[in-house]
Amino acid sequence: MKSNDVILQTVTKIVTFIILTFAIYLFLAGHHEPGGGFIGGLVITSALTLLYLAFDIETVREGLPVDFKVVAAIGVFIAVATGMGSLLFDQPFLSQTFGYFNLPIFGKTELATAVLFDLGVALAVVGTGVTIILSISGDA
Amino acid sequence: MNNLVILPLLIPLLTGIFLVIFRQNILLQRWLSIVAIFSTGGVAAYLLQMVADDGIQTLAIGGWEAPFGIVLVIDMFSGLLILTTSIVSFSCILFAFNSIGLEREQFYFYPFMLFLITGVNGSFLTGDLFNLFVCFEVMLISSYVLISLGGTKVQLRESIKYVVINIMSSTMFLLGIAYLYAITGTLNMAHLSVRIAEVGQQGLLTTVAILFLVVFSLKAALFLYFWLPGSYAAPPTAIGAIFGALLTKVGIYALFRMFTLVFYHQPEITHLLLGVMAALTMLLGGIGAVSQWDIRKIIAYNVIIAVGFIVSGLAVFTSTAVAGGIYYLLHDMIVKALLFLLGGTIIGIVGTSKLKEMSGLIRNHPLLGWMFFITVLALAGIPPLSGFIGKVLVIKGTLEAEFYWLAVIGLLSSLMVLYSVMKIFVNGFWGETYLSKEQEKGTTSGLLFPCILLTLVSIGFGLGVEGITFYVDQAANGLMNPDIYIKAVLKSP
Repeated sequence: MKSNDVILQTVTKIVTFIILTFAIYLFLAGHHEPGGGFIGGLVITSALTLLYLAFDIETVREGLPVDFKVVAAIGVFIAVATGMGSLLFDQPFLSQTFGYFNLPIFGKTELATAVLFDLGVALAVVGTGVTIILSISGDA
Repeated sequence: MNNLVILPLLIPLLTGIFLVIFRQNILLQRWLSIVAIFSTGGVAAYLLQMVADDGIQTLAIGGWEAPFGIVLVIDMFSGLLILTTSIVSFSCILFAFNSIGLEREQFYFYPFMLFLITGVNGSFLTGDLFNLFVCFEVMLISSYVLISLGGTKVQLRESIKYVVINIMSSTMFLLGIAYLYAITGTLNMAHLSVRIAEVGQQGLLTTVAILFLVVFSLKAALFLYFWLPGSYAAPPTAIGAIFGALLTKVGIYALFRMFTLVFYHQPEITHLLLGVMAALTMLLGGIGAVSQWDIRKIIAYNVIIAVGFIVSGLAVFTSTAVAGGIYYLLHDMIVKALLFLLGGTIIGIVGTSKLKEMSGLIRNHPLLGWMFFITVLALAGIPPLSGFIGKVLVIKGTLEAEFYWLAVIGLLSSLMVLYSVMKIFVNGFWGETYLSKEQEKGTTSGLLFPCILLTLVSIGFGLGVEGITFYVDQAANGLMNPDIYIKAVLKSP
């Protein structure tokens, strides 16, 4: 019997964008408030999981042809590499710094190197999370 | 601050991550991992010389100074271990080129070897107890993957036991850390040492010490070794070799570090217990090794005996015995890897690991035979090979401290080692040659080079012991005088 999931699919198409937007908000908020790369990554993973549930793995893979194991590896690579960046400035490994810049539109903005590290964390979490979900759903 | 300190951890980690991305390119995987290990060894040697010249090097990660942040510390002891680790893993990876098989290579064999080495080097480097736990886990999770990689029936059966026993001990490790943090309020090892010296090591702290003793004994296969013979014999040779050479040694390192730096106030309880466990390990391991007729099992039991012998150096707790323990630890890492690789080569040629089904290999494989003979002599501690100096110093230390029973058992265990590996030599290499060149199941092409490399290191270690003495003495001195370590880490005058 073919199940009818029109409602789920329609809702998912909209909700996914809300979740992804919220994920980006959480990711950027993480520097001073609750949130950050790990949480942001988890929320992105949940958005992707919803897509996998509403449609099916093949359909999502057509739209998003990425090997998530590689995503995880790239994420960890970015995180470690930003840690290594401090070696170039003769600072201890994993040192971080920040500064205030006047950007158009945003005005005075704080930019921190910790965000780069967090980006790596987020990618690692997305890669690992989706890989786990896909593996236990029986399709490696 | 010295950023070089983190490189032995970073180089294998970054290379491993990079290789995950390029999974299909086997040639790249092989050569990059060899280059990574080689450069790790180079950095380790450079750091070792730096420690010899300028004392202990530290790095406070992210600029958070000890005791608040995590520090990485390289002293002479950990430096020597990292250098030896690099030599051993270099040979094991070279051996894997021609023996591990395309299928395993495509399923992340090299990345996980490199992650394993990251964990091992991290455990040697870290100056923080919780970080030690994390590095142990990095090492163990990689080892879970490596032991089950390939998924043969034996591997899966043994990996379940291996994973369960290690998760148990990791849980206990975490509990111990929690207790210690509740009592002292710090996890930095140097700071722990200071605090425990201040309040005195009372009954409660000694109990926690014994909990750590149990945890590290499980990891090091000291007395609690029941899981080892099965699981180290299951995976392919190159993996078994790196397990036998490195994993138990990390447990031994943790025992040395904790019971010389932190819990050294009540040796009449903790170190005596270590001594009794070491003696039982040597006896039971020896009986196990003598009774087996399977090459893999004999070699695995030999790992256990050596653990007992090294720890007996720590149990006696005099500078002579500890120096002997360090010599024997370094020797054992090299020789155990060599023994595993040679045993694996023999099994590859004959196609079975049962001693009773092989004979007369020396006719077609003289080089392999003689190398095996040299290894046997080195294991038994015959001069001028590498096992000699360690055995002499440990026995001398035990006799000086009037631990006569430990000395007798130590010497007895040498005989059992000699008998058990000689049995492989006599049965495998002497006698009539069953197999002609054409009937052999595998070749030795490409497998002998890493063995030759390790044999040369072992001989060089024995002959050049004068050159190493300076470094080992400094390492032993550092272990016997925790103040040196504490001053370097806490930057106190």
